[in-house]
Amino acid sequence: MDTHESISSLQARLQQGETTSRDIVSTYLNRIEASNSELNALIHVDTDGALAQADAADKALAANPKTSDKPLIGLPVAIKANIAEKGQPLTCASKMLENFVAPYDATVVSKLKEAGAVIIGRANLDEFAMGSSTENSSSGVTRNPWSKEHIPGGSSGGSAAAVSAGYCAGSLGSDTGGSIRQPASFCGCVGMKPSYGRVSRFGLTAFASSLDQIGPLTLGVRDAATMLNVIAGHDELDSTSVPQNAEDFTQTLGEDIKGFKVGLPKEYFVDGMDPQVKSAVDAAVVQYTKLGAEIEEVSLPHTDYAIATYYIICTAEASANLARFDGIRYGARVDGKDPVELYSKTRGAGFGSEVKRRIMLGTYVLSSGYYDAYYLRAQKVRTLIRQDFQKAFEKVDILLTPTVPTPAFKIGEKSMDPLQMYLTDIFTISSNLVGNCGISLPCGFSENPELPIGLQLMGKSFEESKLLKSAYAFEQSTDWHQASPR
Amino acid sequence: MKDVLQPLLMSKTDFDIHYVAKLACLELTEEEEGTFGGQIGKVIDYIEQLQQLDVTNVEPTAHPVPLTNVTRPDEVRKSLTNDEALMNAPAKGNGLFMVPKIVE
Repeated sequence: MDTHESISSLQARLQQGETTSRDIVSTYLNRIEASNSELNALIHVDTDGALAQADAADKALAANPKTSDKPLIGLPVAIKANIAEKGQPLTCASKMLENFVAPYDATVVSKLKEAGAVIIGRANLDEFAMGSSTENSSSGVTRNPWSKEHIPGGSSGGSAAAVSAGYCAGSLGSDTGGSIRQPASFCGCVGMKPSYGRVSRFGLTAFASSLDQIGPLTLGVRDAATMLNVIAGHDELDSTSVPQNAEDFTQTLGEDIKGFKVGLPKEYFVDGMDPQVKSAVDAAVVQYTKLGAEIEEVSLPHTDYAIATYYIICTAEASANLARFDGIRYGARVDGKDPVELYSKTRGAGFGSEVKRRIMLGTYVLSSGYYDAYYLRAQKVRTLIRQDFQKAFEKVDILLTPTVPTPAFKIGEKSMDPLQMYLTDIFTISSNLVGNCGISLPCGFSENPELPIGLQLMGKSFEESKLLKSAYAFEQSTDWHQASPR
Repeated sequence: MKDVLQPLLMSKTDFDIHYVAKLACLELTEEEEGTFGGQIGKVIDYIEQLQQLDVTNVEPTAHPVPLTNVTRPDEVRKSLTNDEALMNAPAKGNGLFMVPKIVE
């Protein structure tokens, strides 16, 4: 058995008794054992726990082979190491939380467990999810399974690399400005950011609370819908989760998309894009026409201001959220002669460079005399960006763009220039500012080196079914999703 | 997008890293102050472009979902036990967090 098999196929074989969860989980564990030391996609593997969970799943399956109420039963899932699982390390790839053990389960983890999933380990990330390359990790850089000299993207780089490398059947990441979709694009898998409020953030270490959202990374669109079914839903423990009726996101998959209106934001198709990315996305547009969709140009006039807006808002929120790491109640501590010295020394020693930069930028834009000029103004521009999308979605069903302007870059290429790194987020951050849903799926490869290219689709808030249906139609009519790294 | 992909070469901002690091309770080495000062200055120059926009009469957006006054019944619920609350504490004793002396 190889480990590039979809959740739906694994599930079918399990329920028919052709294989066992122990066999499946052991196969994935062997694969991890063979190459994770090189890729560093997972920074913690719970071998014994995973096998015990697999045995429990096999017992449940033997008692009742039709366990449709447990859609992930017996299947190995990895979670980004900023999501809490009780009794397991929660490092957030930070020295600050090197020895931190989560005292409770995140809501998404409780839901994974209820669905029968086997939590196989924790995936690497940029420290506290701040970064676009998974180079800012206290556990070291993750390598792209397609090319070891390239980054996997970030900040959910470990979650994406783990899916592409066959270390898990699916994984969870978090997306604040593209942190699920961008690594999915770079690693050649599917990554989905649900609408803000769709999935509970309880137990996700907060980076920027008005932007963060947990979502699935998988080999295919159907699997993403299956995982979204599991993790979505209102949660009393997260006051920003939206009361919505439960939906089956797999229901609409396979419906045709004739007459669907696909919008191309003209501001996203200008100079500066890698020509190979452009031709792959142009081909995707042609494919949608063949599927019967109508293509329409739309305008999102404030696109050029999205990065500036995003980096003001996310750093402001981060500087407040990360104030909790003070060396008193949990995490690392460096002693000082008084509490203030203790805080400063602890934070100076515990945080990495990118986290420090963002805390300082956030502190600056919120500080007296600058608040109106930066933070308040950014919130107003956020309104303008939202209005752009509202107008566009009056005309079209979904928006189609590249996920990132380029394929994966080399390790070290942008790590010394934070601004260049920030600019790679241009196509993904607006979804977070607006709160709508987005997905990245494979749509081609670059040549020399061969690296995956991702197509991004964006849908209106809480229209995940429409988004997934459009993505599935493209996926099933192309074979990009079938490629796997050697 | 053409403009935003252009790297900015020089920083013109009077960003006082020493002052901001103090506000953020971050002890930085001299080397960090030097490197971060330049890097953050460039980012601040970049975000200055928002000043070009007219935002008169535009309401700010704090949050993408218009939920307000989310409450729950005021009743006692299960929470962390004392042991669980202290399990990750860097210093503890007698069921309490230990901190440096605050009052002389």
